[in-house]
Amino acid sequence: MTINPDLQGRSYPAAEVYDVGREKIREFARAVKATHPAHFDVDAAQGLGHRDLVAPPTFAIIVAQRADAQLIEDPEAGIDFSRVVHADQRFTHHRPIFAGDRLVAELHVDGVRAMGGGAMITTRAEIFALTDGDGREPVSTTKSSILVRGEGQ
Amino acid sequence: MSPTFEELSVGQDIGGRSIDVTRQDLVKYAGASGDFNPIHWNEAFATGVELPGVIAHGMFTMGAAVQLVSDWAGDPAAVVDYQTRFTKPVLVADTTGTGAAGAVIEVSGAIGALDAEARTARVDLAVVFDGQKVLMKAQALVKVA
Repeated sequence: MTINPDLQGRSYPAAEVYDVGREKIREFARAVKATHPAHFDVDAAQGLGHRDLVAPPTFAIIVAQRADAQLIEDPEAGIDFSRVVHADQRFTHHRPIFAGDRLVAELHVDGVRAMGGGAMITTRAEIFALTDGDGREPVSTTKSSILVRGEGQ
Repeated sequence: MSPTFEELSVGQDIGGRSIDVTRQDLVKYAGASGDFNPIHWNEAFATGVELPGVIAHGMFTMGAAVQLVSDWAGDPAAVVDYQTRFTKPVLVADTTGTGAAGAVIEVSGAIGALDAEARTARVDLAVVFDGQKVLMKAQALVKVA
């Protein structure tokens, strides 16, 4: 299995819209063992000045990994998902994610580097919220590197 | 009570927490996040791809570790940037039906840097499993009032 070096510089445009629901925020917050009331209680979130429930700081991974799937499932990429290990991750929030947001993500392949028999692939998802009147507002930039392990790694 | 910028200093401890992890937690995280890679829930599959056993999602560990920061900041929306490198896997033993933890992750945090102009504090997290750091350069940037 060989990773296609021509992936570098490739972009995948925003595809499906991700609707951020209150129950999804609560479910994700429970799954990361978060207990802050702003994830669960609308009154508590509004008491902090937010319009609705606030997503946990790593919630954007759901949207980012959906965007990543376009690359991982791309037959031209040559990536064996069972040999993928997450190497690093960064979230830069231009604003918090709230329940009610309608998000889209553009995926950019920023780097592809051969490592042993495998490869390190760095991707960046630019996540936007759709606004009334066909606009979009930057919400988060996520960067992630995955190591696709070669045989024996 | 949320901290105010003036009362913070570099090196200041923000506390710690201990996180018990079970295989069921990994299944829950898989469902909540949509990451169904079987290395996080199937022993035979994990060892078949040369891993020592079922390992936690790196994103589970990263996501669980930042709660210390959300709680300290008083508002999870104050975390404007959060990054880490995943250096060691968290092996989660199968304790199904026993009520025992399959792994215990210890998280502690301290202020690594302060930016008076931006009024942000960088919290550096130490995240340890089995005596070893599993996250490196785990840093959360927090907007402080």
